Amino acid sequence: MRKLTLALAALALAAPAVTEPALAQNEQFIPALVYRTGPYAPNGIPFANGVADYWTLLNERDGGINGVKIVFEECETGYATDKGVECYERLKGKGPTGAAYFSPLSTGITFALTDKVPGDKIPLLTMGYGRSESRNGAVFPWNFIAVGSYWTAADVAIQHIAKELGGFDKLKGKKISLVYHDSPYGKEPIAALEARAKLNGFDFKAIPVTHPGVEQKSQWLAIRQDRPDYVLLWGWGVMNSTSIKEAAAVGFPREKVIGVWWSGAEPDVTPAGEQSAGYKALMLQHGPGKFAVHADLEKNVVSKGKAAAKEDFAQVLYNRGLINSMIGTEAIRTAMKKYGNKPMTGEQVRWGFENLNLTAARIKELGFEGMLQPLRFSCEDHQGADVARMQQWDGKAWKTISDYYKADDSILAPLVKENAAKYATEKKITARDCSKES
Amino acid sequence: MFYRETGQFKTSYAADMQIFPIRQDRIALWVLLAVAFIGIPLLNAFHIWPFGNEYMLRAILIPFLILSLAAIGLNILTGYCGQLSLGSGAFMAIGAYSAYKFGTGVHIPFGLFDLSIPPLPMLPSILLGALMSAVVGILFGIPSLRIKGLYLAVATLAAQFFFDWVFIRVKWFTNYNSSGSVSAPDLNFFGFVVNAPIERYLLCLIFVAIFALLAKNLVRGNIGRQWMATRDMDIAAELMGIRPLYAKLSAFAISSFIMGVAGALWAFVYLGAWEPLAFSIDRSFQILFMVIIGGLGSILGSFLGAAFILVLPILLDQVPHALGVPISVETVSLLVFIVTGALICWLLIVEPRGFARLWSTGKEKLRLWPYPY
Repeated sequence: MRKLTLALAALALAAPAVTEPALAQNEQFIPALVYRTGPYAPNGIPFANGVADYWTLLNERDGGINGVKIVFEECETGYATDKGVECYERLKGKGPTGAAYFSPLSTGITFALTDKVPGDKIPLLTMGYGRSESRNGAVFPWNFIAVGSYWTAADVAIQHIAKELGGFDKLKGKKISLVYHDSPYGKEPIAALEARAKLNGFDFKAIPVTHPGVEQKSQWLAIRQDRPDYVLLWGWGVMNSTSIKEAAAVGFPREKVIGVWWSGAEPDVTPAGEQSAGYKALMLQHGPGKFAVHADLEKNVVSKGKAAAKEDFAQVLYNRGLINSMIGTEAIRTAMKKYGNKPMTGEQVRWGFENLNLTAARIKELGFEGMLQPLRFSCEDHQGADVARMQQWDGKAWKTISDYYKADDSILAPLVKENAAKYATEKKITARDCSKES
Repeated sequence: MFYRETGQFKTSYAADMQIFPIRQDRIALWVLLAVAFIGIPLLNAFHIWPFGNEYMLRAILIPFLILSLAAIGLNILTGYCGQLSLGSGAFMAIGAYSAYKFGTGVHIPFGLFDLSIPPLPMLPSILLGALMSAVVGILFGIPSLRIKGLYLAVATLAAQFFFDWVFIRVKWFTNYNSSGSVSAPDLNFFGFVVNAPIERYLLCLIFVAIFALLAKNLVRGNIGRQWMATRDMDIAAELMGIRPLYAKLSAFAISSFIMGVAGALWAFVYLGAWEPLAFSIDRSFQILFMVIIGGLGSILGSFLGAAFILVLPILLDQVPHALGVPISVETVSLLVFIVTGALICWLLIVEPRGFARLWSTGKEKLRLWPYPY
């Protein structure tokens, strides 16, 4: 018995030593914080598969980025902040130049890492989640909240409701409730919704649901009593399908439930079966379905048996994973234009992000036409785009039901400015002067 | 042969009463402290494996030290005084949030006369935060005068859920932050900003060393004996003149104080930015398991238990990857659950009194080695 214990201990101690020299020099290391277990796994898995498959595609089809092979490693966070921090520490120094960027897919982990990345000089790509005020690149040089923030989402959702009702003036006196995951993630949109409520004169009520969200009977009973005109849903993982089931149980029309883009994928609606039909959700620009990039994936990755994806191929969250990796690797490519075709450090990748310009032509070239609108980061703007669409689940598939809405900057810009300034004073950060950046 | 106190004569009361009466123990402790305070920083400075990289410090040693401290806190309450508590997470949270409030300035609008305290320096913030935790600990300890065992555990569970709720709902505690997540102010100690991993490690080490010494001295003194008497049989203890009110509430206070310090360190030094989920019921269970696995009623056990519960899963998680075994991360994380769970079961069957007991059995055997009878 003692020998066994000793052998285990020796093995454990020797383990880190074995890994160190394994990586070659001309390789770009990109870490992946994933959650393939736990209550959020149904949503974490397709995203992680998309992320991994796009990197595999670049390696298989192009031999990496400009000849620099991508090496990646996954670390299981289980959506827990402390485990995420451990994974971050484990992966940040790997590869010849360290981690290129991190995408934790968790608002809680994003908050914790936001304080750590400036010291380690690694950019944080949080596509469609994280701190909404991190759009302000002058205060948050290392955060890139690409494509859209929760405030964008909240604003677009209200715009869509106004359109359904027939104009912004019709919002007056209406009741809109928010059923949200009681965590930083779910609380983020409240500020923007309150600002909208004040402006458009609707009654706003926020109804929290405790993690992980499988128990929401009382919340939906309250909704039945209160009879709001619309319910916004800010859930994740099992919470989403539970909400839809509860809405059906209290007879709240699913057409009046609008989910955020993290509540609008296949794992959110399929468990509720027939009850989900009619449910609407925002799109982080893209939806499910196959596009040009999927043909390349099928040819170079799936047919070779190297795909991580199974039945989730071309689903909403899988496609989001693809876009996430595409934006990250394009930032690396942009950085290589300035620093040469070799593995980039986190600092160089940050420059790449800040100067990334995904034009419509470039998006088409990459095979993402129809999934993403042009996106351009700058020193002031770390979001790059603020448009979103609406989709509806017809019982079998997601159907796009609206054109692009643009979030109202006159409402969101002051919020971003105010909250970024608050963060800057709290953390004693002096904002960069963007007019002097090259 | 080496571990034998033959020939060590105690010639003064001081020598008789010291913490470690055996010379070899004292030497071992000093060596351990020297390694922790001098060796590890030196290895880190010269980048020598295994302490040369940040990972070892930031992801293993710092959380290990902080959770050991929390385990010491719970051990005083559960291990020494016999009061089962499931509220460790809540007491840590109170320490963390109070320290955050003191560190960023307290403002209580009382209507006519506002109470305003300017932002305090870091050390007083942490200690005042811990004091708040102690006060709440006393409040939630009052039921312990009437109820015992599992019933008390349920009462402390109420503290856990209540404070989970408070820190999520009462926006005052998070300085009205829109997302409800707060981020720690600078770790400024008398003008010196603790930032590098090795500095953070040393900061935690200093706290842990001081409180471990304090706890060790408390439990072998008057008050510790009162706790243990209460634990072993409260009626007998009362008949011998021990006031249960004083014994139990002091255990609650000191235990919560130490857990409050641990909570503040966990939030400020390890996480940096946190939300109430960081101190959920899972944390309470984690610390309770550390105490049970490590050994109830042992300061050393708190460290061993923390190492087992925290570090073992992290190491197991990395074994397949390090050996180049191609299995997916989800399989690995499930395997880690299975292996850790099996090891806990095995350990509790082999030695229900935890690592501390194994340690003392080992010491007994070592005394006789190499000529056991």
